[in-house]
Amino acid sequence: MDPNFLLLSFVKIVVVVAVLLPLIAYTALAERRICAFIQDRLGPNRVGPFGIWQPLADGIKFLLKEDFTPSYVRKIYFWLAPAITMIPAMMALAIIPFGSWLGLQKMVIADLNVGILYTFGIVSLGVYGIVLAGYASNSKYPFLGGIRSSAQMISYEIAMGMSVIPIFLLVADPSVNRALAADPAWSAFLQGTSDLNLNHVVAYQAHGVWLVFKQPLAFAIFLVAAFAETNRLPFDLPESETELVSGYHTEYSSMKFAMFFMGEYANMIAASAMMVTLFFGGWTLPWLGLDHPAASVGMGIAQIVVFLAKVVVFLVVFIWVRWMWPRFRYDQLMNLGWKRFVPLALGNIVITALFLWARR
Amino acid sequence: MIVKRKALTWWERLYVPAVWNGLKITVQHFFRKKVTMQYPEEKWVVPPGYRGAPYLVKDQDGRTKCVSCQLCEFICPPKAIRITPPGPPGSPEAGNVEKAPKEFEINMLRCIFCGYCQEVCPEEAIFLMRDYSLTGFSREEMIYNKEKLLALGGVHHDTIQKWKHK
Repeated sequence: MDPNFLLLSFVKIVVVVAVLLPLIAYTALAERRICAFIQDRLGPNRVGPFGIWQPLADGIKFLLKEDFTPSYVRKIYFWLAPAITMIPAMMALAIIPFGSWLGLQKMVIADLNVGILYTFGIVSLGVYGIVLAGYASNSKYPFLGGIRSSAQMISYEIAMGMSVIPIFLLVADPSVNRALAADPAWSAFLQGTSDLNLNHVVAYQAHGVWLVFKQPLAFAIFLVAAFAETNRLPFDLPESETELVSGYHTEYSSMKFAMFFMGEYANMIAASAMMVTLFFGGWTLPWLGLDHPAASVGMGIAQIVVFLAKVVVFLVVFIWVRWMWPRFRYDQLMNLGWKRFVPLALGNIVITALFLWARR
Repeated sequence: MIVKRKALTWWERLYVPAVWNGLKITVQHFFRKKVTMQYPEEKWVVPPGYRGAPYLVKDQDGRTKCVSCQLCEFICPPKAIRITPPGPPGSPEAGNVEKAPKEFEINMLRCIFCGYCQEVCPEEAIFLMRDYSLTGFSREEMIYNKEKLLALGGVHHDTIQKWKHK
């Protein structure tokens, strides 16, 4: 193993985590402020100007709270569950390209050729944390919350996976591949990557229009399935306060609860990043020369900023939707996932394939 | 009574009108003026007759009106008031007022702001005024003695000054 590669990957991982954790904290603050504004009130604005240091106060609160383990829980699983929730959420960020180059380094932690398969595998692992939390808590509300959540997440993973297939049918376009190979900047950037690589998807979008315009149905299905995967409203029955007290994190306090909380927001950030990469052009913008791989460090940084700005827009959409629409009843939710989305996604694949075949 | 339920149109079953209405309403509310009152920068106006903290008053000639009859001490439900009446020689600095109290303490932590002391006082010497947020660093600090109560009470303009001509 090349020690240089290991060292640089380690640095990239540290940087990504160092950006992710404050982003999680400030997403929580943004959620409280935005929901307050929608409800005709101000949110927390005492701790700093506009409440900027509120996440710090929250962190201190979580650290100093009593970490209570009830006597009736299954101790090992109770301890493991928050970690198992948090880890796949953070791992899902490993293959997302958040920029093009910075100097000589590609701005993605793991430039896997099967990036999208990795993502779906990791997202499937996310179910275990919640199921374990519900099972370990040994109490009715967490149990129900855990069961509901596992069924919901598994159902919507199918729709999510199938909705992304037309993207990859489109991206393997030979004429676009020829154009990219002819361009020196792109061919140097995409060297060694295959058609399924997420950087290739970004390159395809830079060469044409964003994929949201070519595959709006796929985007709609992916968006709704992302809400269901992250257990956010309108699909948040597993953790709804009015239905299930606190759902699968009822029995948790202090740092373990904070880990569930952070895991939920990390999932949101990973889902937003996936949507930005697959449908909204990733780190490119059609203007200002931001649609080629960066030639200078300045452009590299600009592209990272563009990516982060798009992720923030999606996070605001997540937050906005939570405080806007009522939640689905559980049978309506499962109905939507199996009887509506799966046929729609399959139909989308068939139609895209027919369209490409007719056009060949 | 039979309630007719209209079948949902195609659009409504796709939730499109629901989604659109939700977007409109939340965006309108987002940009509206907020109802929050930012205490302590903005405070509300205390209405007249508000039952705040009880304080002793002086009349416009500087006389302490309290004659330590101890009626307020007896009627106070949580026994927040403690009065030490002066001995037979009276108090030297009382002026004309007969039997002004030697020591008058109200424990603000026990006071329930009911207003009974104001209602029962025959001399109109104690009034519940406008202070609602009382703070201190210790329990001892929150037992207000006569000087503090008089200082906070201020002057009460009397039409009939009964001690003036005695």
